[in-house]
Amino acid sequence: MKNHVFRPLFVVIGIVILILAVRVVYVPKDFGIGERGYMYGWHRENNETDWKKFRVKYQGKEYCKDCHPDKYNSINGTPHKIIQCENCHGPAIDHPSDPPKLVIDKSRALCLRCHFPLPYPTSGRSKIRGIDPDKHNPDIECSTCHNPHNPMEGLR
Amino acid sequence: MISRRNFLKRTALGIAGASLPLAAFKIIDAKKLLAEAAAEKSSAVRWVFLVDTYKCVGCGMCVKACKLENEIPYDANVSRTWVERYVLTKTGKLYADTPKAARDGFTTAKIDLNADGIKDISKEGIEKAFFVPKLCNQCENPPCVQVCPVGATYQAPDGVVLVDRTWCIGCGYCIMGCPYGVRFFHPVYHTAEKCNFCYHRITKGMKTACVDACPFGARQIGNIKDPNDPVTKVIRDQRVGVLKSEYGTKPQAYYIGLDEEVR
Repeated sequence: MKNHVFRPLFVVIGIVILILAVRVVYVPKDFGIGERGYMYGWHRENNETDWKKFRVKYQGKEYCKDCHPDKYNSINGTPHKIIQCENCHGPAIDHPSDPPKLVIDKSRALCLRCHFPLPYPTSGRSKIRGIDPDKHNPDIECSTCHNPHNPMEGLR
Repeated sequence: MISRRNFLKRTALGIAGASLPLAAFKIIDAKKLLAEAAAEKSSAVRWVFLVDTYKCVGCGMCVKACKLENEIPYDANVSRTWVERYVLTKTGKLYADTPKAARDGFTTAKIDLNADGIKDISKEGIEKAFFVPKLCNQCENPPCVQVCPVGATYQAPDGVVLVDRTWCIGCGYCIMGCPYGVRFFHPVYHTAEKCNFCYHRITKGMKTACVDACPFGARQIGNIKDPNDPVTKVIRDQRVGVLKSEYGTKPQAYYIGLDEEVR
């Protein structure tokens, strides 16, 4: 065969070799078919580890217990015991080192998440005591009268 | 010319060769065998979710916790999980809303119908009303994974579907492929984003942020491969439903108290 046939062939072979070389460098070593097979498991394995290393922010009620036993115990004697500290106080992250102080959400809107009455028959919401926010002391924070850790303390 | 002796010899050899099974020629790969053994070990966990819609009061604490835990920009109108409100009137009309993904809960009886305005339904007009928390179903046959052209989204051995942010090219096929609409673009990373059952928490023995934040126990997470897991027991012994089973995705978020109106 003549030279003009081979010349483009060499170019094509060169491109293929180049692509394969780039592929070897560019595709991570741990990239491959995982345990879930070709259809669902095709991935970079170290990404599982990356996600596992993601920072935990919400630490849970027991994290607060040792330093704030008074608060922990007082709320546990009330219907509010089902609420996590961090729902109102914000995520602890690495408190007390980071952040040193948590910002408490004292807004009426926070209380109304449960205590705005919605008469939905098949939802637990209808069983929670609610108030009309437009009539029940509007313009003042709920915590002015109600201690969130013991909401009816001194009011009955 | 072939001699009789040679003919018989070669025939015998040919038959013997042909009768060898293909498996005899397979080279045993030690790495592959080890990987298979490892797969058997790690598949002792299969995460599933259980939602009790009777218990949900629509406080939205789960959504707030999810956004803060998983660093989803708080004011962006995207969320890995959300709560839907369904209100059926006595006149047979269905209204549903999820304002700001229920990040701030439901603090009004008025239903936000977006372009169709605000609908106020009186207590007397309500036939049925309830809340339905939604999140990724971590399907056994995830369509979002099938459509990914680069292998950026995949299913971990424990069933959770994850997204590799360094590998995602942002084509958005998975966002369109998900029948449940749980995927979106992360406003900061510009890659596909989804609920991953708080993978960093469940792999440390913790519960997901939404499960921990729920005061009413409406959300639960469990390992369906553990017969003694309380979630497994409920799924096995009680009446539970899944969303859009007709798509064949085998969703793994189970619901108690699902209604036909729930889409």
